[in-house]
Amino acid sequence: MATATAEKKASVIFREDRCKGCGLCVMNCPRHLIVLSDRLNDQGYPVAEITDMDKCNGCALCAQMCPDVVIEVWRS
Amino acid sequence: MNEKHKKALVKGNDAVAMGAIEAGCRFYFGYPITPQNEIPEYMAAHLSDGRGTFIQAESEIASINMLLGASATGARAMTSSSSPGISLKQEGLSYMAGSEIPGVVVNMSRSGPGLGGISPSQGDYFQATRGGGHGDYRVFVLAPDSVQECYDLTMLAFDMAEKYRNPVLILGDAMLGQMKESLDPKTYRPTGTFDKSWILTGAKARPGRFLKSLYLDDGELTEHNWKLYRKYLKMREDVRYEALWLEDAELVVVAFGSMARVLKSSVDMAREEGLKVGLIRPITLYPFPEVFIRGTSRHIRHFLVMELNTGQMVEDVKLSAEPGARVDFFGLPPGMLPAPDVLLGEIKKVYPSAASAPKERS
Amino acid sequence: MKQVFKRPECLIDVPFHFCPGCHHGLVHRLVAEAIDEFQLREKTIIAASVGCSVFMYDYFDVDVVESPHGRAPAVATGVKRARPDAFVFTYQGDGDLAAIGTSEIIHTANRGEKVTVFFVNNTIYGMTGGQMAPTTMIDQISTTTPYGRDPEEAGYPLHMAELLAMLPGTAYSARVAVNSVKNLMQAKKATKRAVQTQLDRAGFSFVEYLSACPTNWKMSTEAANRRVQEELIPCFPLGVFKDRRAGQGEDPKRAKE
Repeated sequence: MATATAEKKASVIFREDRCKGCGLCVMNCPRHLIVLSDRLNDQGYPVAEITDMDKCNGCALCAQMCPDVVIEVWRS
Repeated sequence: MNEKHKKALVKGNDAVAMGAIEAGCRFYFGYPITPQNEIPEYMAAHLSDGRGTFIQAESEIASINMLLGASATGARAMTSSSSPGISLKQEGLSYMAGSEIPGVVVNMSRSGPGLGGISPSQGDYFQATRGGGHGDYRVFVLAPDSVQECYDLTMLAFDMAEKYRNPVLILGDAMLGQMKESLDPKTYRPTGTFDKSWILTGAKARPGRFLKSLYLDDGELTEHNWKLYRKYLKMREDVRYEALWLEDAELVVVAFGSMARVLKSSVDMAREEGLKVGLIRPITLYPFPEVFIRGTSRHIRHFLVMELNTGQMVEDVKLSAEPGARVDFFGLPPGMLPAPDVLLGEIKKVYPSAASAPKERS
Repeated sequence: MKQVFKRPECLIDVPFHFCPGCHHGLVHRLVAEAIDEFQLREKTIIAASVGCSVFMYDYFDVDVVESPHGRAPAVATGVKRARPDAFVFTYQGDGDLAAIGTSEIIHTANRGEKVTVFFVNNTIYGMTGGQMAPTTMIDQISTTTPYGRDPEEAGYPLHMAELLAMLPGTAYSARVAVNSVKNLMQAKKATKRAVQTQLDRAGFSFVEYLSACPTNWKMSTEAANRRVQEELIPCFPLGVFKDRRAGQGEDPKRAKE
């Protein structure tokens, strides 16, 4: 599981085993922080991941737009 | 009902509705079709004003599905129709059987196929017992032959439906539905207690339950079908039939429903003329009284199956009787019910003379 | 830090079988959030339907009864009449609701049954592999309209939200989409409003969700989302067509007092 570092404004967890690489989170992050990585999960999908946790403000739009409930979001 | 035990002159269709309400049915969904409209009309009159729910649905398809929904929550619910409408309900029956959801369906048969006519017929025997719906399932089928049985067997139908978590079909016909006879409106007494641990009530303090017939994983559906099969075998313990004049019979007439009631007169007349004729009247068409017929066929070797169709129940009699027993058939496609003397004439045509009687099995 | 987004409680923690980018997952989640927010898990009984949504009982931790194709509104009618205090809904696709089920949906709405219908309209048949749906748009390609839907041959796309809004029995009818954040937020509002309509016993409530089907549209997730915006929405306008409790969309001559 990709995790985010703790002392930021926000923390986002991707459940990679559930990701289908659809890219809706990539399209909807207002700061373009999410990409589809090269890594494939057990289902064979390229998993989404956040590139720079420091810039995330926990808006949770990625989580809202994910059809597979892959993402959980924390905000301070 | 204040004067519960006072006999009254009641129409068959009304007796069905009365029996249902007496047995605790408070939900009825139906659609008009001749010759059973008194059933929805009675239910409309007696279930309105908060006593229960009556819906005249948009079709027979909608009404079987409303039945499925109400029964899924544990309610006693019923729908009724006649032959073409029963055809429409077959998918719903298959789903109810697959999901093990009880319910009572009444078919006051009319003549077919297609739009056919509105006169009495027994052409829906196959539809009822072979299931017009898809898949390997059975429906418990009850065939009344009087207004009293329209009442009594409807009450029983609700118990059987809950006992087996299966649809139960009452197979009547236009004549039974429309005729009036004396009815003793007996008090309903449950024939058992029935498990309700599966009903949908809202998942309070428990995980959600589901009722479904879809099984896609390896082996799941096979196992489910075996389970249903074992259940249908168990239904045999509730087989019902009437057997008259068998002790010294040389010919046994087999008939159900309206045909059987006319034949009771015909066989009585035959006996008065010295003919040794008996009568077996299956009351449950499924489970069919095959064990009783097989046993009978070991010492009485000649059967005459008489139906208002061109040959349906006769197949089950042939399957049940021991090899070597002779099974004759007299059938009439739908139309007027023949009078007892006409049927007596048909019995005499095949009644064994001393010379031609099949040999007794030693 | 506090958690600002997590899986709804009543949504069972198993993977969805839906294709990547399918909007069913979003609509399932919106419905589950509403069940959580109104605390309805213990009162909910779903009449499930046939199509990509057939596995609803695997995803929602509530009581569910499977219905034959198209008949869920009739099954829901039976359930709600037998259990009037339950929260009863159906969740249907465009084949289930607008093809085989047209009779049941219209009459359930017409009777004003106090149930809620969530209608996922992706203008195509999903589970069966991409055939034309009643809501397929003119010139849209499908496996049974390989040259595009020709209205002369195959008729016109049905607009269910408007149709049902016309019936006096309908208390709430809206069309929404989930292809963008803005649309999703409106969709969430409509979902909650429809639920509230049932809880208030105001009548039949209905939400149509315009959705993408990347697999059967033969498009990428991104292109499919764009198609919802650029093709579906112009054909099927978003909006609230009736909201009885807000005094909107009711014909005063036909509305019940």
